[in-house]
Amino acid sequence: MHEMSLAENMLQLIEDAAYQQGFTRVKTVWLEIGQLACVEQESLRFGFDVVTRGSIAEQARLEIIETAGQGRCGKCAQSFPLAALYESCPACGSYDVKVTGGDGMRVKELEVE
Amino acid sequence: MRFRSHEAKAETAVSTSRIVKLEQDILAKNNGYAEANRRYLSAYGIFALNLVSSPGSGKTTLLVKTILALNGTQPLAVIEGDQQTENDAARIRAAGAPALQINTGKGCHLDAQMVGQAMQQLGLQDDSLLLIENVGNLVCPASFDLGEAHKVVILSVTEGEDKPLKYPDMFSAADLMLLNKCDLLPHLEFDADLAIEYAHRINPRLQVIRISAISGEGMTEWLEWIREGCCNAAAAKPEASLG
Repeated sequence: MHEMSLAENMLQLIEDAAYQQGFTRVKTVWLEIGQLACVEQESLRFGFDVVTRGSIAEQARLEIIETAGQGRCGKCAQSFPLAALYESCPACGSYDVKVTGGDGMRVKELEVE
Repeated sequence: MRFRSHEAKAETAVSTSRIVKLEQDILAKNNGYAEANRRYLSAYGIFALNLVSSPGSGKTTLLVKTILALNGTQPLAVIEGDQQTENDAARIRAAGAPALQINTGKGCHLDAQMVGQAMQQLGLQDDSLLLIENVGNLVCPASFDLGEAHKVVILSVTEGEDKPLKYPDMFSAADLMLLNKCDLLPHLEFDADLAIEYAHRINPRLQVIRISAISGEGMTEWLEWIREGCCNAAAAKPEASLG
């Protein structure tokens, strides 16, 4: 359940931004999560609800934008959508696949007042 | 007149909220602490390993044997992560190495800030080896960089061969896999070649050592791997810190 720590990290980012940019309430959080990121969305929603209680982001709506995984073959240099880390290159079958996208977790933007 | 006032009201409601662009990685804070740890470690020529596995893979026994085999030839320290108890740190100290226990409580992994504080408390020697035994968990520690040189994943032959496929993030993040408890292979149906093949599907660059803390198989190769890492870390130490 590292989603609880991730949620705490999200709240810290939000509180830092609030301090720098002078807002006092967060209504919506847009979060981008890669398909290959090691995170369970429902656990993260639960963690976010818990850690934001009593904070400026209490009851904020969490909008999760999922981005597709992307891989590139080390053998034939083909780029392709990658749904899981154990998949092979669809062009040549090699498992020498490098993740080139869709493995991150970013707070994109906030609706604040 | 009435229409206009309604419009003005709507405008006010909209203007109270605004959009703030952040575009920040959730792990940015942890990664910042990890980079600080990495800078510190490289400044003092310290080779740090983050040992990760399921509970019960034999990590602590392997660490104890490693410490005994290095037998004072290599200065080292150990950071132990567990949810509860001092037991593992006590086992390491009994083997003759300084150890600091971090209890994560409900937490399922070590993070870079905890490790940074532990490093300061331990007072690490120049050109030493730092072994960080993470909480037994094949999922969560994968996401948290501690500033280590390498993650070392330990898979024991009493587990399933397909664990690398089931928990790909950890095998993808690791640079070395120790296939542990190999002395038990004659008594099991575990297919070691298949386990290694699965691990290489996830990470073709993953180095593998077949090892047994009990029989000593693979220990020479593992110790050699550690010594080489320590030499490289010490050699790469910037001149400024030598004085």
